Amino acid sequence: MSSQPLVEVKHLKQYFPIRTGFFGTTPLKAVDDISFHVDEGETLGLVGESGCGKTTAGRTLLHLYKPTAGEIYYDGNLITEKNIKNYRKEMQIVFQDPYSSLDPRMTVADIIGEPLDIHHLYSSKEERKGRIRELMDLVGLNSEQANRYAHEFSGGQRQRIGIARALAVDPRFIVCDEPVSALDVSIQAQIINTFEDLQKKLNIAYLFIAHDLLVVRHMSNRIAVMYLGRIVETADADEVSDHPLHPYTVSLMSAVPVPDPKLARSRQRIPLEGDVPSPLHMPSGCSFRTRCRYATEKCAQERPELKEVSPGHYAACHII
Amino acid sequence: MTERLLEVRDLYTSFFTDAGEVKAVNGLSFNLDEGEVLGIVGESGSGKSVTAYSIMRILTDPGIIKSGKILYKGQDIVSIPDKEMRKIRGAKISIIFQDPMTSLNPTYTIGNQIEEAILLHTNRTKKEARERAIEMLKLVGVNEPEKRVKQYPHELSGGMRQRVMIAMALACEPDILIADEPTTALDVTIQAQILELMQKLQKELGMAIIMITHDLGVIADMCNTIIVMYGGRACERGTADEIFYNPCHEYTKGLMRSIPSVVGKRERLIPISGTPIDQLNLPKGCAFAPRCDNAMRICMEAQPDEILINKDHSAACWMNVKKVYEEEAGKEKA
Ligand SMILES: Nc1ncnc2c1ncn2[C@@H]1O[C@H](COP(=O)(O)OP(=O)(O)OP(=O)(O)O)[C@@H](O)[C@H]1O
Ligand SMILES: Nc1ncnc2c1ncn2[C@@H]1O[C@H](COP(=O)(O)OP(=O)(O)OP(=O)(O)O)[C@@H](O)[C@H]1O
Ligand code: SF4
Ligand SMILES: [Mg+2]
Ligand SMILES: [Mg+2]
Repeated sequence: MSSQPLVEVKHLKQYFPIRTGFFGTTPLKAVDDISFHVDEGETLGLVGESGCGKTTAGRTLLHLYKPTAGEIYYDGNLITEKNIKNYRKEMQIVFQDPYSSLDPRMTVADIIGEPLDIHHLYSSKEERKGRIRELMDLVGLNSEQANRYAHEFSGGQRQRIGIARALAVDPRFIVCDEPVSALDVSIQAQIINTFEDLQKKLNIAYLFIAHDLLVVRHMSNRIAVMYLGRIVETADADEVSDHPLHPYTVSLMSAVPVPDPKLARSRQRIPLEGDVPSPLHMPSGCSFRTRCRYATEKCAQERPELKEVSPGHYAACHII
Repeated sequence: MTERLLEVRDLYTSFFTDAGEVKAVNGLSFNLDEGEVLGIVGESGSGKSVTAYSIMRILTDPGIIKSGKILYKGQDIVSIPDKEMRKIRGAKISIIFQDPMTSLNPTYTIGNQIEEAILLHTNRTKKEARERAIEMLKLVGVNEPEKRVKQYPHELSGGMRQRVMIAMALACEPDILIADEPTTALDVTIQAQILELMQKLQKELGMAIIMITHDLGVIADMCNTIIVMYGGRACERGTADEIFYNPCHEYTKGLMRSIPSVVGKRERLIPISGTPIDQLNLPKGCAFAPRCDNAMRICMEAQPDEILINKDHSAACWMNVKKVYEEEAGKEKA
């Protein structure tokens, strides 16, 4: 493996202008200065409460939203608005909702074939057809059903169609935005296995966004924890889960309901008080301080930066 | 002795649609005692919500209870007049839903809505009802309840609305709270707050809870006893420990194998093969047979009855019947 990460994000910001009152706008800091990297063939899990900016981070990274500030590198090359089209093939996205992300009037062949058309990835009709069949096989869809419409498929099958479509252009990196959240447990397991098999076979890297922390841990090499637009902790997946450092991560991990009654009885939840503040009124200093039991004077004044606490384990908190 | 609050006996509920009869619940029986927290799990479409709606008698057209009894403290509530049922619904048996907006009216303040529930079921005065509403909001951990009563649902966060809904459901101190996926739409940290709250209130008020969810983590955390549903029936039931550590129905076993490990062992998940059943065309034998790796010929032919595994546990799977026969045969030989 090369030492250079496949994807690297530096000081990325995404501010949405929100109209407030009659005059002017206030920036909603959906993503506020985050940096991370994903190595080739690796999975980075991205977790955090609803609204903390996971989707925005994933979409901005792909230039689906124009970044407010910051840099994105692919294979060491700076990605800009101008050159992004050259990298679209390399970086794909799979969405959460298999029901709404596919056009019900298109056949499976149309859906999977569309990116092939856009990127001119075949020289004959036969080749196109063969490639679609290949992709369907790859994700465990019956290629006999290529001419059926998306709405004729179950949720799990539709999610596979979405994955096949993302794979059509041979990407090396896929942003998976809650790809299993809408599915039943048993179907979830099928899709998770599909992602794992594809990674092994094709060495694809994933940015894996999900709210089920056990699923994220299962899938990821490393995990980054977001809170209000910032990354507050990142480390090896087991390390973050078993030895969280940041007070937010500690609460988050203790709140995960575990499907094991004995363990559940022996565990102690560390409850978080209050609600997430509005991203329009971010607290000064550490954005977690309004809910943090350890907050001090300094936390209100100074924003804690991510620092390496032990090799590969980073946390942004003044008391660590 | 603890009192038996609810007895569901051989419940059949169907939806008579244009496409045919959707058999949502097919002969479900269970008991619920005072102070019990009963979990109902099962895949999407297995009849969990329809069971809850049948108990509350809030089934929507074209759904009807075809047969069976639902005894609340010994009284069959399937056949009592609507007027009688209204005295029970919301007062003795309450329900909370996944989406709080289905039970909160967006055009009334939350104070008004909680008061309404109280006025309907008790002979408190308006002033007393308001006091009670504020007390309830305090109980469920809503800050500044005096201000909140004047707010509308849309002015509150998701977790806050869920609390308001719980406050409303508990305002008349019901004996039974049915929680249908109460935290599915919430973040884990908020979910933890709500579950903690429900546990606390359950202990303080001594009510029984029926917890419906597909989240095995929530079930493990909350419940003493568990019913696993498949195809509108109970395929397995028992204490939490029995269900998690000694599953005896092939569907339950599959369910346990298909979730990631708690301690991060990255073992490959084993999904349940096949597709969920079609309630329009229920299989003749065991509903799980078409997806079961161990299905025998009899599984396709006849529905297995629930048999006792031990005093805390029973399952409806022909594998267990086979095991009993084999053991008996072994004994005879010996
Ligand atoms: N297009 C947009 N315009 C304005 N605000 C937006 C836009 N997209 C997202 N936001 C806001 O940015 C913040 C981050 O949203 P985002 O969807 O990235 O969160 P998330 O972590 O993906 O949440 P979830 O877990 O609910 O999917 C939220 O406050 C959201 O309301
Ligand atoms: N109004 C309706 N008309 C027709 N069929 C219905 C109706 N409501 C429910 N059903 C059917 O009844 C069966 C049981 O549905 P139910 O809502 O109880 O499932 P569930 O176990 O609660 O699933 P989920 O986990 O998705 O909430 C399903 O097959 C469903 O399609
Ligand atoms: S920096 Fe301060 S407020 Fe923020 S998490 Fe650490 S202790 Fe808590
Ligand atoms: Mg999102
Ligand atoms: Mg339901």
